[in-house]
Amino acid sequence: MKLDTSGLNSMVPLYGAEEDSEESILSVPSSFQLPRTTDFDGFQKKAVQMVKPAKGTTTLAFIFKEGVIVSADSRASMGGYISSQSVKKIIEINPYMLGTMAGGAADCQFWHRNLGIKCRLHELANKRRISVTGASKLLANILYSYRGMGLSIGTMIAGWDETGPGLYYVDAEGGRLKGKRFSVGSGSPYAYGVLDSGYRYDMTIEEAAELARRAIYHATFRDGASGGVASVYYVGPDGWKKLSGDDVGDLHYLYYPVTASPVDQEMSEIPVS
Amino acid sequence: MGSRFNPYDNNGGTCVAIAGVDYCVVAADMRMSTGYNILTRNYSKICQLAEKSILASSGFQADVKALQKNLSARHLIYQHQHNKQMSCPAMAQLLSNTLYYKRFFPYYAFNVLGGLDSEGKGCVFTYDAVGSYERVGYSAQGTGSSLIIPVLDNQLKSPSPLLLPAKDAVTPLSEGEAIDLVKDVFASATERDIYTGDQLEVVVMNASGIRREYVSLRKD
Repeated sequence: MKLDTSGLNSMVPLYGAEEDSEESILSVPSSFQLPRTTDFDGFQKKAVQMVKPAKGTTTLAFIFKEGVIVSADSRASMGGYISSQSVKKIIEINPYMLGTMAGGAADCQFWHRNLGIKCRLHELANKRRISVTGASKLLANILYSYRGMGLSIGTMIAGWDETGPGLYYVDAEGGRLKGKRFSVGSGSPYAYGVLDSGYRYDMTIEEAAELARRAIYHATFRDGASGGVASVYYVGPDGWKKLSGDDVGDLHYLYYPVTASPVDQEMSEIPVS
Repeated sequence: MGSRFNPYDNNGGTCVAIAGVDYCVVAADMRMSTGYNILTRNYSKICQLAEKSILASSGFQADVKALQKNLSARHLIYQHQHNKQMSCPAMAQLLSNTLYYKRFFPYYAFNVLGGLDSEGKGCVFTYDAVGSYERVGYSAQGTGSSLIIPVLDNQLKSPSPLLLPAKDAVTPLSEGEAIDLVKDVFASATERDIYTGDQLEVVVMNASGIRREYVSLRKD
């Protein structure tokens, strides 16, 4: 039986023929246009610095007794400028699988959408849903084929399939790790601190969501490139459900309310004659 | 070894778009510069791609022109194949993919797409140079954007769509108020950004159609 290896092909092959890679405007370009230069890496470095694609983030996900919790902030920064406070960093691949976005926003948006298409094609071809293992492998293979070309993606694929809850970390270097607890992004060290110290396997859904919310909040507090709204999603046997979306400014005063500090002596008004 | 051919240049300029309940305002200045020189005071950065989609782009105008031509051609093909105009959200996705296909040799174009969605509500999509995009209520891109966005945030910012439980958006401006706001922010940006000025082109789209207005800005 011939193995179906079509899943290993990327939808947009890397190198086209030497002539103009688009035969006509009618078709999708058969490959990415590359600059004609001898110094590809130098060009990419300069292009990235000039174009300053939006990035900067905190995302996290963990498996616990009831399923998977996925959480992220919503800030996108271009250099030192905040380009958006309302970016959707948790991408709904299908009703039972979520992907998170960290790194280059365009890279993550494009390749997650591409992954959603591939997952749907798999369902149609095989008459059953794709597993989290399979989906993460599809993405990892695509990213590996672009290794070294400057893609910036650090994503987690979280879902519930026939084997139960699944969580994989996939990045643009071609890494793919199965795990129970991950945090990705510029704010991840801060999130790990809170997440690791508060984690227990047997938490209720509310406790787990609160842990995720606090971890994101603390990361946004200390990391300038993270902020906006902390979204928390839960993935269970019936699919994913958005549990909360809270502005991190409001969360600050919720966790650390302003208390009037007692004074030893109060200044009183002196009547002016 | 020293100086190789640089395929990019920045022609400056600023673009703004504001979405209302049943209208959309897209505006851009008309100055085209290179370095410290002004090439022309009368260059339009705005292009109508479809019946309900207007694209405004600042950055490298040669790339912008190529991008506009590419999208117009793709829209014509869509019309031939589907016998209808592309909706604004569909055009938004097409623009994102077109930008990303040049991920390794980007279009140096900072885009704002404005128009009306299929329900007739105003919609604005904002992009970075490689295609990441987001539907927003207002946006500014270009050399004057960091001068303009704080003012728009102050006047127009509404609760984030990511909040749960969802909060109602603040009462939006009327069409006349939005146009006045756009004129004011460009006047301010012209004062402090050397690449913005000369003339302002304002395009307003609503249920009754499209109209265009020109406003003079400082020429210094």
